This record gives sequence, C-alpha cells and structure tokens, in this order.
Amino acid sequence: MAPTEELLTLDRVHQVYASGERPFFAIQDVTLALREGEFVTLVGPSGCGKSTLLRIITGLQRPSEGQVRYRGQVLRGINPHATIVFQTFALFPWLTVLENVDVALKARGLPPALRTARALDLLDRVGLDGFEGAYPRELSGGMRQKVGFARAMAVDPELLCLDEPFSALDVLSADALRGELLELWTAGKIPTRAILMVTHNIEEAVFMADRIVVMQKDPGRVVTELPVPLAHPRHRKAPAFLEMVDRVYATLAGQTQPEHVEMGSAPGEPGLKRALPDTTITDLAGFCEHVAAKPGDRADIYRLAEELRVDSDHLLRLTEAAELLGFATVTGGDIALTPLGETFAEAGILARKEICATRIRRLPLVRWLLAMLQATHEKRLERGVAQTALELDFPAEVATRQLEIIVNWGRYTELLAYDDTRDLFYLEPAGNASHLLAAGERTRGEP
Amino acid sequence: MSSARPLFRVASPIRRQATWADAVVVVGLAVLLYAGVRLALGAPAAIRGPEISLAPGTLPWYAGLSLLRMLAAYALSLLFTLPYGYLAARNRRAEHILLPLLDVLQSVPILSFLPVVLLSLTAVLPERLAVELAAIVLIFTSQAWNLTFAWYQSLTTIPKELREASAAFRFQPWLRLTTLELPFAALSLVWNSVMSWAGGWFFLMAAEIFSVGHRDFRLPGLGAYLQEAASQGDGWAIVRGVAALVFVIVLLDQLAWRPLLAWADRFKLEMLAGENPPTSWFLDALRKARLVAWARGAVWAPLLARLDAWLLTRLPSPTHLGEQSGAAARWGGRALGGAAALVLVYGGLRAVALLVTLPLAAWADIAGGLALTFLRVAAALVLALAWTVPLGVAIGSSPRLAAWVQPLVQIAASVPATALFPILLLGVTRLPGGINLAAVLLMLMGTQWYLLFNVIAGASAIPQDLKLTTALLRLSRWDRWRTLILPALLPFLVTGAITASGGAWNASVVAEHAEFGGRSLSTYGIGASIARATAAGDYAQLLAATLAMIVAVVLLNRLVWRRVYRYAEDRCRLE
Repeated sequence: MAPTEELLTLDRVHQVYASGERPFFAIQDVTLALREGEFVTLVGPSGCGKSTLLRIITGLQRPSEGQVRYRGQVLRGINPHATIVFQTFALFPWLTVLENVDVALKARGLPPALRTARALDLLDRVGLDGFEGAYPRELSGGMRQKVGFARAMAVDPELLCLDEPFSALDVLSADALRGELLELWTAGKIPTRAILMVTHNIEEAVFMADRIVVMQKDPGRVVTELPVPLAHPRHRKAPAFLEMVDRVYATLAGQTQPEHVEMGSAPGEPGLKRALPDTTITDLAGFCEHVAAKPGDRADIYRLAEELRVDSDHLLRLTEAAELLGFATVTGGDIALTPLGETFAEAGILARKEICATRIRRLPLVRWLLAMLQATHEKRLERGVAQTALELDFPAEVATRQLEIIVNWGRYTELLAYDDTRDLFYLEPAGNASHLLAAGERTRGEP
Repeated sequence: MSSARPLFRVASPIRRQATWADAVVVVGLAVLLYAGVRLALGAPAAIRGPEISLAPGTLPWYAGLSLLRMLAAYALSLLFTLPYGYLAARNRRAEHILLPLLDVLQSVPILSFLPVVLLSLTAVLPERLAVELAAIVLIFTSQAWNLTFAWYQSLTTIPKELREASAAFRFQPWLRLTTLELPFAALSLVWNSVMSWAGGWFFLMAAEIFSVGHRDFRLPGLGAYLQEAASQGDGWAIVRGVAALVFVIVLLDQLAWRPLLAWADRFKLEMLAGENPPTSWFLDALRKARLVAWARGAVWAPLLARLDAWLLTRLPSPTHLGEQSGAAARWGGRALGGAAALVLVYGGLRAVALLVTLPLAAWADIAGGLALTFLRVAAALVLALAWTVPLGVAIGSSPRLAAWVQPLVQIAASVPATALFPILLLGVTRLPGGINLAAVLLMLMGTQWYLLFNVIAGASAIPQDLKLTTALLRLSRWDRWRTLILPALLPFLVTGAITASGGAWNASVVAEHAEFGGRSLSTYGIGASIARATAAGDYAQLLAATLAMIVAVVLLNRLVWRRVYRYAEDRCRLE
C-alpha cells in the first residue's frame, strides 16, 4: 500500500496502569492502520479499551508504550487534525448553540466576523437553522448531538472520531442522525478524510462501517478485523447484512470452551483469571426462558438483541453468564441451551435457586471466597480483606465490581450473605433470617 | 425574600482521612503564632481607641467604613482564592500541602487569632492603620477558605467530557478559564460568597468592638457604634444602629447577591430547566434599562473582545493534557520544602522554648478554661437544638407556614450576633450569672441560625411518599419521629451542628471577656484566658491559650464531628 494513503498508524500501542502491585493492560499490543477514505468502527464488550484507544488516537491520552503516527509523523500531544464527537455531547450548557460552535473556531484564532458566518453555515448544514440562540438544555438529545457534529466539523478535521455518538439518543433520532451523517460522508460534502467510530451496537457498526475492528477485554486487545463489503445504502433486512451481523456476534461471543478454561482459576492460583459477567440471575433466568421458547432450544444470538430489546453489550454478558454456569453453549454465533439450562428455564423459584447454587458454588471466585469464610473463626470476613486479595488479580474498580456481583449472586442463591452496615461477608446459616433483623436492631441502636 | 432558599449553605467537610500533613499544618500555625507573639513584644502598652459619636448623622459614615472593610477583605479573598485553588487542583504535589492546610484552616476558630494579629501589627505599624489591617486580615481569614474550597472543588469536579472537549478543541488557558472553569464554578462561588459575607459581618463586628484593658482596639464603624450606644445605655442610638445594620445587609442582598444568584443560575450544569429559578427585580430592571444596554453594547462588549483577543494570543495553545514538571522544578520544590521544614523545626523549637516558661498552674488554668468553654458551647448547641428542631420541622413541612416565617427568620439571621452582644450585655449584667449567661446567649445567637436553616432544608427534603407511608402505617408520633424524621434530618443536623460549634468557639473569644460601660466583665474560660493575656501582655500565656484552643477545636473536629458526619452521610442520606 502506498504510504500517502495511510492517515493514522498505531504501532504496538500498550496502555498499562499500575494498580497495587502489578500492572494491568487496558490495551495490549494494538497495531492498527487507518487509511484515507475509510470509515472504521471499533466494537467490543465494555472494558475492552475501545474508548481509551480513541483517546490515544486523538492525543487526549498518551500511550504507555508504542507510537501513534499521523501521516507518518509521530504524534505528540493533541492531534490537531482530529476531533471528537462525544457520547454525552459535551456541550457547554451556559453557551448558546451558536456560541458552542463559535468557541471551537475561537480556539483556532479566527477573527469574530468570520467565526459567526462560519458557525451559522455549519448549523445550517446540520439542519439547526433557527436554533442558534437556543441553549442546549432547550434541545432534544438528537439536536444536541447535531450541535456536537457541527462543532466537530467547524475545525475541518481530517479525522473525525466518534465516541458512541448515537447511544445516548432515542431510537428515532439515532436512526435519523446516522442517515444524515452517512449522507454527508458518502457524498463527500465534508472535508473529513476518515471516520473512526467506537460503538457497542453491532448492527450500527455493520450499517455504517467499511471495516470493523473487533476488540476483546482482559486484556484489551484487537482480535480481528472484518471488512464490510456492502455498498451504501445498506438494508438492515438484507440477507448479506444479517449474515455480517451474525459474523460479528459470532466473533465476539466466541466458542464455548471446556469448563476449566471457561471458568479460569481461583485467586492465588496460577492460570488465567476470569471475571464474572456483570448481570443478575433474574435477567439470566429471563434470558434462558426466552431461548427455551425457541424451537430446539437454540437461537441466533444477533436476533436475540432485537427480540429482547437489549444492547449487544448486555446480550453478550448474558450469553457469557449462561456459558459460565453451564446453562448454554455457544458455537458460531448460535446459542443452545444445555439440558441443565432447559431445567433451569422451566423450574420454579426455589428449584432455580438450588440449581444456581450448585453451579455458582463451583465458580473459582466464589469457591475461593467460601473457602476463606469457612476458614475464619466466626465464618465472617471483612470486605476489605477480600478486596485486597482480589486486587492482586484485578484492577481496583473491577475487583470492587466483582465483589458486588458475588454478593448479588450469593444473596440470590443464599450461599452467602453480606452486612452492608459493617462491610462484612458471612455464611448464611440455613433457613434462618431472624438474625438479620437482630443485626438491624443492633446497628440502629448505635449512635 | 420569598422562596425557601437557605441563607447559609454549609460547605461539606472534606471527606479526607487525617494525615501527617494535618499535624504539619498545626505546627505551622504554632510557628506563625509564635512569630506574631515575638513581634507583639514591641506592642505599645496602651492603645487609645477612637471617639465614637452617637449622633444620627454619623451613621452613614460608620456604615460606609464597615462596608469598605468588608469589600477590601472580600477582594483580598478572591485574589487569594483563584490562584490557590488553581494550583491545588492542577498540581498533584501542591495538592498534598494545600488541601490539608485549607482543611485545618477551615476548622480553626479564626477569632482566636485576632489578639495576636492586633498586637503584632500595632508593634510594627501606626496604631490606626494596624487595627484597620488586622480587621481586614481577620475578615479575609474568615471568608477565604470556603471560597477557595468551593473553587478547588469545582475545578476538580468538572465533568470529564467537558475537559476532554476543551482539550480536543485545543482551548488556550484563557479560553478554558472563561468558557469552562469560571462558568462551571460560578454558581458555587456566588453561593459561597453569600455565606462568606454573612460570616464576615460576624467577624467585622467582633473586630470593631475588640478592646482589652488599656488596649482599646475598637474601630469606627457600625459595630463600635452599637457598642458605644449600649455602653452609654442610649436606647434610641441602639435602635438606629441596628436599623442601619439591617438596612445595609438587606440592601446588599437586594442589590448584589440576589441579582448575582439570579444571573448565575444560567451556569447550572443540569440539562433540564429548573423548577423555580431565583429571580431578582433589580436584575430585571438592569436588563430592561436602556442605559445599561447601551453601556454593554458600546463599552463592555468591545472591551471584553479586546481583552479576549489580547489574552488569547498571549497565552499559548497547550499541546499536552496535564503538566509535566522538569527536573529543575522538582529540585526547586525539594529545596523549598527543605527550607520550609527548617523554618518549621526552628520556629517550633522556639515556640516550645517560650511555652515551657509557663508555670504548671497556668496550664491547669488553660485546661480548666477549655473544659468550661466546651461546656458553654455544648449548652448553646443543646439550647439551639431544642428550639430549632421542632420549629424547623414545622416550617419545612408546611409551605404555608414557611411563606411568612421564612422572611422574618432570614432578616433575624442576617444580623450578626456579635453586633448585638453589647445590647445583650446591657440586658443581662444585672441578672444572676451575668456575663456567663451572656456568653452562652451570644454563642446561641451565633449558632442557632445554621441549625435552623439546615433543619428546614432537611425537613423539606423528606419525600412525601415516606410521610404518607408513616401515616398509613398509623405510627405514633414518637415512632414517626424515630423512624423517619430524625434519621432523615440527621445529615442536615450534623452539617448544621459542625458549623454551629465552630461559630460558638469563635464567639467565646469576645463573649467571655468584655469591656462594658467603663468596666471589665470577665468569666472563666479559654476565650477569657486569651483576652486577659492580651490585656496583660503575657505573651507566653497568649500563645499557650490560643494554641490550646486551636488544637482542641481541630481535634474535636477530627475525632468527633468527622465521624458523626460520615456516619450520618453514609446511613441516613435520602437520595
């Protein structure tokens, strides 16, 4: 490929942050090229570092290791040729629509007369004519994001970075805005040379991108790149489109591995640790019931997103939880319930608790915590102790979240209990809740 | 004054663990006090106060003088606040020193510094100038900390995406300050200014009437006018003085603070329009006035544009997020730190050397004084709680009652307690208990409003559905208080009580010893110890008593209030 074509290059980029004793990779060894005329999306589960990567590319964040080159030049500091559209719009609430666009031009040092004319022209182009004097709080989400786009276009960026720009919008506004952006882009009405979009909406990625970069978490890394060989305008119901969506889901959902690989190892033991997916058992039960209602107890994962009205991120967490507990297996973008999963889906509340308890007890993280609890004298454990131990294997916030998930699952299955007032885990004495009330009385008696 | 806005909004204590830095700060304060005491050795033995005239015609003049002192101190506070907060928020290393400093200074009883500052300044400057300066410094120290803390907190809580946007669009420092940082902090700065002024009046009045033995440190102003009037038993002069004070405070509220609050409402971050935004007739009038519109268009806007353009080119565009300090800066910092440590150690040793000259009896006296003052503070708090909780809950849960009580309460609260102290003395000196009773009453007057406003805010924040639930459950009155009202009130009560106890300790300095009607009234307490030492020029005693009070209050805050606060916030905050 000719060197002039390449707009941006990431060369072996790592983002490491130290937490406690050992370093964690937010991004591990990412090498990526962005060429002129390309629309690329980054997809992946939350926590895979896709937003961090976007910040590295714009120069908002410096990578721990590796190089970012823009048109062959090593990037230092903010990339003057790139700009961002933010998920939460990042408009200044005390400035009017016009002033919000104007201020971007002011930072570039344009004289006032030129600025106003240009800002008005941009607002006109995104269809915000007549709203110049309005404050952002008076606008709908979709219109606010239009201001975000106008402001980004104001600085004539060669590289337009979009950080989940449509995910805070309602469905209709998001659809409309996607269409308008694609029109501007494909018709060459904007001087932008390339677009890089972060999204967790897989359908959106397939709808817009020329190339999809798929990332995975723990550590955050690029697993594969999929070109999207579909001509614009794309039709969401077209077989080729659906096949593409299916492929991305298949890549992200992966393949169910043998149990010991799927579960990982316990803290303190050698081997890869697996974090518990962030979901509730109640959600998981609903998910299994839905799959059980399908012929053959199996389904295309990508279809489930639409049917269950959950975003792809949440859906993937659910499939991961189902795999982890042995309720389902995933192959090639399809999910199928195991016999245990079928039983779980059809069981009543108490039986579900039983089934879950036996499965959750086997998870290395839970097994580890239960063993620690058993070993203590009073069958109780301070939360801080568990947190410190977990921080050897996970970053601090992840460790906190993992403990919260364990508490949630443990309470559901009555495997363990947690006293929030005193930050204490303890083992649930069988079928006896009176001590909880007593504990409540005790703490209320304290000053 | 209509809407149910709280007059005092109390800055929440920093949720920070006490560190070694706190100890360093306290040592630093000790060294500073010691330096002041050393300077004070040269202070004249007798200081003649000003002649205060009670003629009605002098009131505008006195009011103007008081107002000027407040303005000077406020300007000084703002000048201090902006760079200090900026440095603390921007520089990680500076933050480690500046934050504990701010934290301790916020909880120290400022008024206890007054004697040392007065004595040391009169030693080196002409008397009248020194006394003026001392008053301004005192008001400054009462105003600056919460403003600085508000600014620091705003700077560190700017939403990440707004910071990133201003970086990605390569805002110059000046542009970032004017479009992001100042607007984001505006609301909090204005609110804290209102609070600072309310507190400032308290200290100004105290400074204007401060006088011990042959040293008359009084200043011509409204405070001194009231004191002189009470001293001479001139009832009409008292009425005139109080009316003038209330007039000045209400005028400021209407012409400065309300317009500012109404104007600053546009800087709210919420993306939703507020329910009832603050309004101001004066701001509305200004907005309609042609002259103002002309001045804005023809003078103000072009001037601002010129300034903008000039500063934008002056300050270069940033290339990096966050600063990197070079090796030179690092070494400079270390050298500075080393020098500071040397000064601290040397000064600390000298201070200790002075303190050990005190006989044991003097220390016992200080300890006894602390205990007694503590009891007075506690009594004032209990008394304040006893009447503010029932009334506050009644006001907070009944909008009808609030509508007519609230304005009265706000006017009553706006009068600084220290201004009324001489009048109080006039009333109680003949009663048994005398100044002792007056001291507790002064503390009560200085503290009750903090509590009342917090209780009202807390009571009106109790969700209606919870109140309905307790009614549906047919809980008895006591159970309703126990399960709903008191827990819901607790965070507010604690916040109010922390500020109130700080105010009460402050008040002790002027409350336990007073010169009144030509004679000295004194009771036993730490405030009286400080005052007596000032009168007698006993500098070791002065240093010991001041330090003891500071350490006691800081410890009380650290060991008691902070824990109670954390408990209340964690367990009882209704989200």
